[in-house]
Amino acid sequence: MAMDAALIESLIREGIPDAEVRIEDLRGDGDHYAAYVESAAFKGKTRVQQHKMVYDALQGRMGGELHALALQTSIPKDA
Amino acid sequence: MDNSVAERIKSDIESNDVVLYMKGTPVFPQCGFSSAVVQVLTHLGVKFKGIDVLVDPSLREGIKSFSSWPTIPQLYVKGEFVGGCDIVREMYQTGELMEMLSSKGVDVQVKA
Repeated sequence: MAMDAALIESLIREGIPDAEVRIEDLRGDGDHYAAYVESAAFKGKTRVQQHKMVYDALQGRMGGELHALALQTSIPKDA
Repeated sequence: MDNSVAERIKSDIESNDVVLYMKGTPVFPQCGFSSAVVQVLTHLGVKFKGIDVLVDPSLREGIKSFSSWPTIPQLYVKGEFVGGCDIVREMYQTGELMEMLSSKGVDVQVKA
């Protein structure tokens, strides 16, 4: 069930091209991650919509292969 | 999704102000994310109905497609999807959660 951090990062970047992505492996087990995603594309969107954009970028892996991804989204200050 | 599952979700979120779809029960959460949301709601003194998706596979999949949201827990307030654990936690920390609950007429009594 484990997933590589680099793959998570590249999928998010692919889906949200301008995104700044930072992934933390919370337990060092390749299964519990935190993702911080900053993108101007989140502007004007609710948190639910922002998180959904990231889940969409993960192409169905969220909730399946990727069980534990704590997600935090933000908008760049100058956006 | 089976229509009867959608009907059941609809009736649960319409007849209860605050509903949490979770893994395990409020007393015995079976997952850290579910547990975190229970803690927030308990701390705010909010009465909520916890629904254990682990005892019903059709509900476990059904709630995901009902909300178009891939993960559990899922919090509903007055029939409206609020978000999962990360969103609830963030809204709690910024005070938005309390504000939203009060504005929707849900009783909040913060425990000291």
